[in-house]
Amino acid sequence: MKHTVSVLVANESGVLARIASLFSRRGFNIESLSVGKTQDDHISRITIVVEGDNKVLEQLTKQLNKLIVVHKISDLTNEEVVSRGLALIKVTATAATRSEIMQIVDIFRGKIVDVSSNSIMVEITGTEEKVNAIEDLLRPFGIKELVRTGKIAMARGRK
Amino acid sequence: MGKLTGAEIFIESLYHEKVETIFGYPGGAVLPIYNVLYDAKFEHIMPHHEQGGIHAADGYARSTGKVGVCIATSGPGGTNLVTGLATAYMDSVPIVAFTGQVPRSMLGTDAFQEADITGITTPITKHNYLVQDVKDLGRIIKEAFHIASTGRPGPVLIDIPKDVLLEKCEFLYPKELNLPGYSPNYNGHSMQIKEAAKAINEAQKPVIYSGGGVIISGASDYLRQLAKKGSIPVTTTLTGLGAFDERDDLSLGMLGMHGTTEANLAVSNADLLIAIGSRFDDRVTGKLEKFAAEAKVIHIDIDPAEVGKRVEIDIPIVGDVRRILEKLNPLVEDRSREDWSKQIDNWRKLDDTEVIEKKKLSPKQIIENISDLTQGDALITTEVGQHQMWSAQFYQYTKPRSFMTSGGLGTMGYGFPAAIGVQVGNKDKNVFALAGDGSFQMNSQELATVAKNKLPINIIIFNNGYLGMVRQWQEMFYERRYSSVCLKKQDDCPPGCSSPGDHCPIMIPDFVKLAGAYGIKAKRVSKKEDVRSALEWAINSPEPILLDFIIEEEENVFPMVPPGGSLDKMVLKGDVE
Repeated sequence: MKHTVSVLVANESGVLARIASLFSRRGFNIESLSVGKTQDDHISRITIVVEGDNKVLEQLTKQLNKLIVVHKISDLTNEEVVSRGLALIKVTATAATRSEIMQIVDIFRGKIVDVSSNSIMVEITGTEEKVNAIEDLLRPFGIKELVRTGKIAMARGRK
Repeated sequence: MGKLTGAEIFIESLYHEKVETIFGYPGGAVLPIYNVLYDAKFEHIMPHHEQGGIHAADGYARSTGKVGVCIATSGPGGTNLVTGLATAYMDSVPIVAFTGQVPRSMLGTDAFQEADITGITTPITKHNYLVQDVKDLGRIIKEAFHIASTGRPGPVLIDIPKDVLLEKCEFLYPKELNLPGYSPNYNGHSMQIKEAAKAINEAQKPVIYSGGGVIISGASDYLRQLAKKGSIPVTTTLTGLGAFDERDDLSLGMLGMHGTTEANLAVSNADLLIAIGSRFDDRVTGKLEKFAAEAKVIHIDIDPAEVGKRVEIDIPIVGDVRRILEKLNPLVEDRSREDWSKQIDNWRKLDDTEVIEKKKLSPKQIIENISDLTQGDALITTEVGQHQMWSAQFYQYTKPRSFMTSGGLGTMGYGFPAAIGVQVGNKDKNVFALAGDGSFQMNSQELATVAKNKLPINIIIFNNGYLGMVRQWQEMFYERRYSSVCLKKQDDCPPGCSSPGDHCPIMIPDFVKLAGAYGIKAKRVSKKEDVRSALEWAINSPEPILLDFIIEEEENVFPMVPPGGSLDKMVLKGDVE
């Protein structure tokens, strides 16, 4: 099962390595990862998406909690959350296909951020599913390059 | 206090932490520290290998309950600490290890004697630091001592670049700690404690399975109180030996792979298992599905990550063992459990199998004599292997912090240097370093440290010419194909001979001569009638003594639960199908 874990950590060097090494020791492959500052300069938030068995993940969460640099962990898997990722996709575009591509981007409320004689660069934000969907639709035109950020997530409401 | 250099701050901080003894080996990157140590008031013990130094700090910590402190230089100095850190991490031993590092401007350039020691030691330390600013040094040292010694203890490493040691800044040792990511839970949940008391009071066949955590938390008295009150038999793990007086009727001795029959059968038949400060290690449980299969399980431990890690727990209580027992004991009813104790007494008899008289010395005889001569008052360290298990089985442990052994990591080469730290921390005690002839050679260079510091350690070698435990497994599980276990094998041995014996022309090494090379008195003992007098000579001598006991070559450790087997299927002696 896929899990989204949000970890608040001290904003200092070596933190990511400590966390990554706990995952690798268990043979877990981190599917996506994003790190960034929070409202507090001393604290960063790491959002990790991993695939794994519930029991093993519970053990891993306890191990993460033992790290001195980890302040708080929340498993957002079964929570009401808003989650977003960002992708930049460079698609092959000819005079014939350009307008069709632009229509698709429009439907997904994406943005065209660069155009050249034979390609278009698309910026898209949204849930993982949404980004996957536009990627699938653009694939037949020829994707020259694609880059995706890790997922970020936040629990809804007053939490 | 005015401006101090990093090296001076290091010294001042250690004074603040009330450090008395340091185990350290100098080198280029720690020269500034050694320059200040020249005038400092610490007892400084220099080992002859950094691994020896950290094991000594470990022995010091385990036997005294204080934090062990060691210093090594950058690069190989640091990497030589790795086994010692992993050993201490597995057995929850509080150590603060300092390493020198290349100057900050050279970090990451493959400079001379550079190793990324914080990167290397991340998975085997409770925490580690690379000091990047001299202003942080005092705070980091304070945090390190706090982290190492509180909660579930463990080793912490501080890596200090040489230029940080030379840089100056205002020094004020911080009073407060600010560690938002570190708050061990000491007080167990009171509802859970009530649940546990109820389960104990309802149980007909309870067993306490007590581990090293009981010793670390200083809870031996409370353990005894609990056992006595509820007439609950107690079995301990290897690192838990000494937490419960083995002379007590309720003592079952050690459990697990080489545990006693009564301990393993009691656990297998119990209706309630009370695990205290223990972690269900595979050498303890054997086949997990069969371990205490009939029992409800209470688990008391300070580390939440240990609770439910290997076994489903019915009543988990996270917190400090001593504090929890303090609250639990008054809720436990006074009662006797006669049927249960009768049944256990019957199991005890299964262990009393006849001893087959052999020509050479038996390890049992040697260790029982040590036990008898010291009345359980000695401090024992061991290496790893057969002699370690014999030491666990045949010495009668009566008090906590009297048995220092590498349980989790199983580090050969641990015990002899550890004995140095034990003796340094307990100057008036009888210290015994029990070692196999294989293990002893992993850190025998520390004979120099023993000689130079005139530490009156009794070094006892169980010499069977084999790496005995590996040989035992090859005998039992690999059709006696003795591969690379004969310690006397040479190029010109007759083909097909795989067993050392009297026909072997030489001893490699001759331990008596080896000791002699360091000016340490030594004796080889091969006759049964000489065992006791040799031990008496060693105990009464104010100097270090090495005794080389020539024991039966193919003696095995029994009882044994074959790896992956269930605890009620023990091999008492002889062959395994």
